[in-house]
Amino acid sequence: MTATAIRPETPAGPRKRPGRGRRAQYRLAPLALAGVSIVLFLVFFVWPGSLGLIYSFTDYSGLGTPNFIGLDNYEKLFADPTFYQSLTRTLLFAVFSVPLMYVMSLSIASLVVSSYAKGSSIAKVVFFFPWLISPIVAGVVWRWMFGESFGFVNYVITRLGADPLAWQTDPDLALMVVVIAATWGGTAFNMLIFIAALKNVPRAYYEAAEIDGANAWQRFRHITLPSIAPTSFLVILLSSLGAMKEFAMVQALNGGGPGTSNVMLIQYIYETGFKRADIGYASAVSMILLLILLTIALVQMAVNRRRSA
Amino acid sequence: MSTVIDAKPATRKTRKARKAKELGTTVPVTAFMWLLAALYAFPLVWFLLSAFKPGSELFQYPLTILPENPTLGGFEKAWDRFDFLLYFSNTLAVATTTTVLTVFASAMTGYALAKYQDKAWVRIFFVCLLATTMLPTEVILSPTFLVIRDLGMYDTMAGLVVPSILTATGVFMFRQFFVSIPDDIIEAARIDGARETGIFFRIMLPMSRPIIMTLAIFSFQWRWNDYIWPLIVVGDERKFTLQIALRSIVGAENIDWPLLLAASVMSILPLVLIFIVFQKYVMNEDINAGLKD
Repeated sequence: MTATAIRPETPAGPRKRPGRGRRAQYRLAPLALAGVSIVLFLVFFVWPGSLGLIYSFTDYSGLGTPNFIGLDNYEKLFADPTFYQSLTRTLLFAVFSVPLMYVMSLSIASLVVSSYAKGSSIAKVVFFFPWLISPIVAGVVWRWMFGESFGFVNYVITRLGADPLAWQTDPDLALMVVVIAATWGGTAFNMLIFIAALKNVPRAYYEAAEIDGANAWQRFRHITLPSIAPTSFLVILLSSLGAMKEFAMVQALNGGGPGTSNVMLIQYIYETGFKRADIGYASAVSMILLLILLTIALVQMAVNRRRSA
Repeated sequence: MSTVIDAKPATRKTRKARKAKELGTTVPVTAFMWLLAALYAFPLVWFLLSAFKPGSELFQYPLTILPENPTLGGFEKAWDRFDFLLYFSNTLAVATTTTVLTVFASAMTGYALAKYQDKAWVRIFFVCLLATTMLPTEVILSPTFLVIRDLGMYDTMAGLVVPSILTATGVFMFRQFFVSIPDDIIEAARIDGARETGIFFRIMLPMSRPIIMTLAIFSFQWRWNDYIWPLIVVGDERKFTLQIALRSIVGAENIDWPLLLAASVMSILPLVLIFIVFQKYVMNEDINAGLKD
């Protein structure tokens, strides 16, 4: 960096004709500050991203030279029933878990913020606690709750006189357990986001509505929901993207089981890429998943923009 | 409840009515909130109590909430046979190093993004970072693995630390904070002849203490609980982090539940401790400010 000796009559700044050293500094400073991040971004995002795109057109297995095979991987992919299964399983998971997560975190946030709820500062800590739990441990916790022959849930079901349910061996029930576990783990952070948004809604709106005779539901529906719409958008976007990437928790909960019936996309990519060393094929799946994530983001942004316009 | 004695009968009546109405709302709302809290807390409580049960009691019907013969057997086993301390220190080293680097990199980048917005490349880089939140690297696992391998970072500490330093969330948290700081301060420092980087390190960085704390805690939690990076970067069992090691117990043919329960409970403790000490930074409701942008 150059030495600085600016004349006092030229207040430095971008558009105020700064001295030469000052100008060079102004140009170089952001580069120096953001440089590390730019390098990291290029090395760990752009580079693997481009490699993935290139490899998706090859038969690369991690060793040797990749052969260009055109669209073969993609053609194989669209005819592959295991890919469709993991795609539908992932989408199904998102369809169940995102609305549930939204409803739970918004309800809990509203309760915690409400002046009628007593002891809400302690309850907030209780609700937030699952945030500390890693996805792996969360998976273990719920595996322990839903164990078929030893779990607490089946124990309660049998005590109530019903037959125990096959939480591990029935594919659909196993997916439900994943949905419950994911909701439990994801509520905390979304709740925090909602609490901040709810506190920012002006009190006067509610007071005015109350004088006009609006009941609690009407106030929630016509004041709260519109006021926190940007936050709702953010939460839904982040949880849908998160749902499409679900991996670690399922690894500990049931490993994508029973069998391979609940293998979601990331696990599918991991297994084709690392266990079968079919990097070309795995990269093609990655590219499809990237497209899906991008579509989700763009569609939600478009919906959000149209609504606010 | 008869509270106000010398009030006029009329006001007493309305006050009583209002109080009754308020109580009519308070009771169900409070009850519902605590019912949900109990639902959220129960799996963890059950898990924690089970960790103190001896193996024989774990699968014995009827189940009891409290352990009948509480034991530390599982914890001893985790300590002696499972090499808990090794995995624990591996994770601690990775999480701490990455957190320090993440905070610095995020603060510098966030500042650059906030205060040099008149440069085109700064705005472009901002959009690029935004894209990483939508298109995360988890998705391109295998190419990322190849990059790490080609850089010679496979099975090394650097491989665990370096790729996780850059997080869009961290950068946005700082950017949001620095945008809210008036430019006048910078202008004044410039007039006084301060260097651009000096302004950042001497004036701006100390001001951002709350963000530093919040991001440090978040980053530590992310890295402590991370599974996917260590999974692809580490092959040697001596270098496993806790999450990978726990997963190896779960993945076994016959799960050793007493060991698994105890090891999992122990793996949570550092974060619980941090949470208790730094609660105000974690539960700080402005943390989403960066995300919102």
